[in-house]
Amino acid sequence: MFLTFLTFLPLIGAMGLAFIPKEKEGMIKQVAVAVAAADFLLSLQLYAGFDMSTHLMQFEYSIAWIPSFGVNYHVGIDGISLLLYIMTTFLTLICIIASWSVKKRVKEYMIAMLALSTGMLGVFISLDIFLFYVFWEFQLVPMYLLIGIWGGPRRIYAAVKFFLYTAVGSLLMLVAIIWMYFEVQQQTGVLTTDLMYITENLNIGLDAQKWLFMAFFLAFAIKVPMFPFHTWLPDAHVEAPTAGSVILAGVLLKMGTYGFLRFNLPLFPFASNVFMEYIAWMAIIGIVYGALVAMVQEDLKKLVAYSSVSHLGFVMLGIFAFNHYGLQGALLQNLNHGISTSALFLLVGMIYDRRHTRLISEFGGLAKIIPVYTICFMIVTLSSIGLPGTNGFVGEFLVLLGIFQADGMMAMVATSGVIFAACYMLWMFQRVMFLKLDNPKNENMEDMNCRELITIVPLIILIFWIGFYPKPFMKTFEPTVEHLMTRVSPDNFRPKKHNDEHHATAVDKHEESSSHSEKPKEKSHH
Amino acid sequence: MLNLACLVPIFPLIGSIINGFFGLRIGKNAVGKVACGSVALSFLTVLLMFASLLFTPAEERLFEQVLFTWMAAGDFAVEFGFQIDPLSMVMMLVVTGVGSLIHIYSIGYMHEEYSYYRYFAYLNLFMFSMLLQVKGNNFLIMLIGWEGVGVSSYFLIGYYFEKKSACDAGVKAFVVNRIGDFAFLLAIMYIFNIFGTIDFSDVMHMAPEKLIYDSEAVTIICLLLFIGATGKSAQIPLYTWLPDAMEGPTPVSALIHAATMVTAGVYMVVRCNVLFELAPLVMLTVAFIGGTTALMAATIGMTQYDIKRVLAYSTVSQIGYMFLACGVGAYTAAIFHLVTHAFFKACLFLGSGSVIHGIHGEQDMRKMGGLKKQLPITYMTFLISTFAIAGIFPLSGFFSKDEILYHALMDGNIILWGMGATGALLTAFYMFRLVFMTFWGESRVDPDVHPHESPKVMTMPLMILAGLATVGGLLGIPLVHGWHALHNWLEPVLHFDLASALEHSKHMLHANGEHAPSWGHLLVEPEHNVWVEVSLMLLSLGIAITGIVGAYYCYVKKPDLPGKFIKGQWGYDLVNNKYGIDELYDETVVKPTVVGSFFLWKTADQKGIDGGVNAVANTIGWFSKQARVFQSGFVRNYALFMVMGFLVLLILMF
Repeated sequence: MFLTFLTFLPLIGAMGLAFIPKEKEGMIKQVAVAVAAADFLLSLQLYAGFDMSTHLMQFEYSIAWIPSFGVNYHVGIDGISLLLYIMTTFLTLICIIASWSVKKRVKEYMIAMLALSTGMLGVFISLDIFLFYVFWEFQLVPMYLLIGIWGGPRRIYAAVKFFLYTAVGSLLMLVAIIWMYFEVQQQTGVLTTDLMYITENLNIGLDAQKWLFMAFFLAFAIKVPMFPFHTWLPDAHVEAPTAGSVILAGVLLKMGTYGFLRFNLPLFPFASNVFMEYIAWMAIIGIVYGALVAMVQEDLKKLVAYSSVSHLGFVMLGIFAFNHYGLQGALLQNLNHGISTSALFLLVGMIYDRRHTRLISEFGGLAKIIPVYTICFMIVTLSSIGLPGTNGFVGEFLVLLGIFQADGMMAMVATSGVIFAACYMLWMFQRVMFLKLDNPKNENMEDMNCRELITIVPLIILIFWIGFYPKPFMKTFEPTVEHLMTRVSPDNFRPKKHNDEHHATAVDKHEESSSHSEKPKEKSHH
Repeated sequence: MLNLACLVPIFPLIGSIINGFFGLRIGKNAVGKVACGSVALSFLTVLLMFASLLFTPAEERLFEQVLFTWMAAGDFAVEFGFQIDPLSMVMMLVVTGVGSLIHIYSIGYMHEEYSYYRYFAYLNLFMFSMLLQVKGNNFLIMLIGWEGVGVSSYFLIGYYFEKKSACDAGVKAFVVNRIGDFAFLLAIMYIFNIFGTIDFSDVMHMAPEKLIYDSEAVTIICLLLFIGATGKSAQIPLYTWLPDAMEGPTPVSALIHAATMVTAGVYMVVRCNVLFELAPLVMLTVAFIGGTTALMAATIGMTQYDIKRVLAYSTVSQIGYMFLACGVGAYTAAIFHLVTHAFFKACLFLGSGSVIHGIHGEQDMRKMGGLKKQLPITYMTFLISTFAIAGIFPLSGFFSKDEILYHALMDGNIILWGMGATGALLTAFYMFRLVFMTFWGESRVDPDVHPHESPKVMTMPLMILAGLATVGGLLGIPLVHGWHALHNWLEPVLHFDLASALEHSKHMLHANGEHAPSWGHLLVEPEHNVWVEVSLMLLSLGIAITGIVGAYYCYVKKPDLPGKFIKGQWGYDLVNNKYGIDELYDETVVKPTVVGSFFLWKTADQKGIDGGVNAVANTIGWFSKQARVFQSGFVRNYALFMVMGFLVLLILMF
């Protein structure tokens, strides 16, 4: 019940805002902040009350919703979703504070933000596929509005592209969900959309698994976004308002990776093993491709957007390394990306507020006039590069360690991403912050104010905290990762009934690519 | 006493934080005091620890202090811990000792700067990272420091950030270092794959049992580690960043780009000596890369006119010597040279800083000359250090360089020795060319500039360093067995039992059903021949003197001779352009990457992928447009369609 309360609190707040006259902008903002802050502080309770020794769902709550179809309102949280949940409430709070300078339709803006928060939180806790799908589609609407109403000059194009792209992906997912719904009914006679029940009892052959996997894959890969489904992201980021970008990067993209961990891996372990290698290579291409394209961007937000493609490549790579290090690294990198990239978007938003441009060529020499901003930007840049001692490194290293266990060649190509990351981030930093201040328009820029510092400082603290002491974060994943590992491990499905030829090949394939000590040696042959 | 280890890096970190955040408020005086005080405190702590280590028996000189578990995932756990042993102690002494002197010197050198506080914040941050690097008890802590010094170096090279060349040099340094780090990272992962741990002492302990001598695995690991080292220590092929790094303030060049950071690669190789001992192929590569770098950088050094660039190439060359020593297994000699080099090269850089300071920022040696009267202290200290680097008895460089040359001949081969000896000749020549052009002869200084000696705060460190450069050789007195203090001190770290390692390898090979090659000849220790050593010493002394006399002849006796000689020589142009390596990298790596990225963005991303997406949307839109005909809004049309549909149905039914 607590979880439900936390999830719907922002929506209740949004409804409350509807009754405040729109002229009272100050009050509207204060109420919005208060709601978001309350939600964040209360969500910390989840961490406090979370049992880190089990992979089972916690804070579970289930009640019949549409009994005739077997649809339940079933929510719960485990190691995969706990920190994502808290990060969502946290980033919502920061975004609302960062949106103080919004002038247009403040009331509607705050309502959209809070409604968006509920939608996102719902995605992370739904344990019923139908409920999940409802939330998944629900959060699209406020985001669509945020981009389409408060966005930049090409906002309509970007908003429609964002909406359609995601919707097309999720439609196939819906087909897959319906298929599974009837399959389970046929197999067990129970009419239910309960994810936990389906995960336990669905028993399907490899061919069916492959198709279902691909349907889910498309929905999530677009959301992540994986190369080559990423082109909606730069457009959406560039046109979205600052808070929209932050939420988009910090939370919405995480829904994709979350989906893989919650649906693809546990539901279709055979297929996951079969596709593992292809997806890992796609992720690696994404890492290098995103970094290279980011290098030559002229717009700051586009640069950050493409760097997201690269960073999320690491997350996907960690997931499909199929071992403990990789998965833990991926989960941590998920958070890290939410922290660093959100901070980058906030920082870009700050100079956009002052200069109304994001073109790198318009800046230069800012270090001299806005030193505090420069320090913050530098720290976040280093975190994004993955410097040891910042959060980025811990996640990246574990992911790479994971993939190295699987395949040395993959690890080598993926690791080259760290070189390109340094190139594009530092080059950008130099052109924006260093050199001579030769654009007179920049001369009167003001340094960060108190409100802006409030939004950035917590993120910077997290950067170093995770960088030097990630244990409080990582230990939440441990049992869940362990459980997921056994679920997707080929040893697990050998004794099962459906042991036809296809499964055997799946098993072989996995063994081939995960034999620990032999594979890395192959690197020398290449 | 050794429990104080964790304090050593913390002092500079605190200093850095205070100066970075409150530097402008507390004023210049306080900034300098905080910065120097924090490093001095570290130095004192290290001295205390050194004393305590000195009084423990040699076999027990290994102390590990674990603060907390840094990362853990499954069976992978990395501790945030420090390791104090004789090797890290030597490094800590050098880093904090030379570091303190350079911090003090900086107070004078940077006095006019507005962002004085920023400089000291960076410098303290560097000390923090460097100390972490040499003290870490596992590869990843070392990597924190390793990349941390890279970032500090990036900040400090780009300290004058309004200059484009400085910014570019900073980014270049960082990116080139990252290429090395990339290899280092892979090596760490490979090591974990084999050993299941990345703790130094565990890995070194298990290495002879887990790795087969000269096997593929150990060769790859060591090669990757060495590539990492070439990045940080500016060796072929990743040396190009170091000369450009001279854009930073001169004390930075002294501390980071001469005395400490760039020798990190040598430290790493020595730290992993057990692994390298098992990879003879890589050892040979290390030796030859070191020798080639020493030779090549020395030739470039002869042609440069920027006083700092000459010293930069000299640094590259001297580090080449250290790698040459590592490559032939003379780790003590490498560390010995590292220490003496830290003394005399820091002194040389600071001296050049004093010269630059004295003539208001001029760095071109063609606009110097005759400065020995105006800058007597600088001149004297500079001269002493130059004698040291040239290898003149009894200064420190003589001992350390000779030890390297001796081992290059005895444990390596005549080619390696030849490289080293030729390098020594060139070193003596270009260093005295520097001295003669700067301090001797007619003054070519701009007449408006009045050269002046630097303040005491700058000359004091110079004198101390010159003193150390003079007596540093006492650390390793050759010839007499047991007098080599450094050798005795490092013995517990460098002790490696090749015979038992080979035995293990044989067992493992047999277990795999393979036949072990005969390794018997490897165990034959070359006899320590005192007479060979003495004659080599005399020979290299002769070489050094030849170089000095040559420089005297060319730059004092007949100053117009070099000009005539080099005119129109294509060989000179080639060397003067640094063999065109920078241009080569630009053309083959940098430009294709940028052009390729533009292609990926403009063509692949925007036209290809996004074009495809939009094409789908447009196609659907086109079809919708066509279908719009049917929705015309005229009732007559709808009626017509109904009738037509009805007819079609009728036809189909019958």
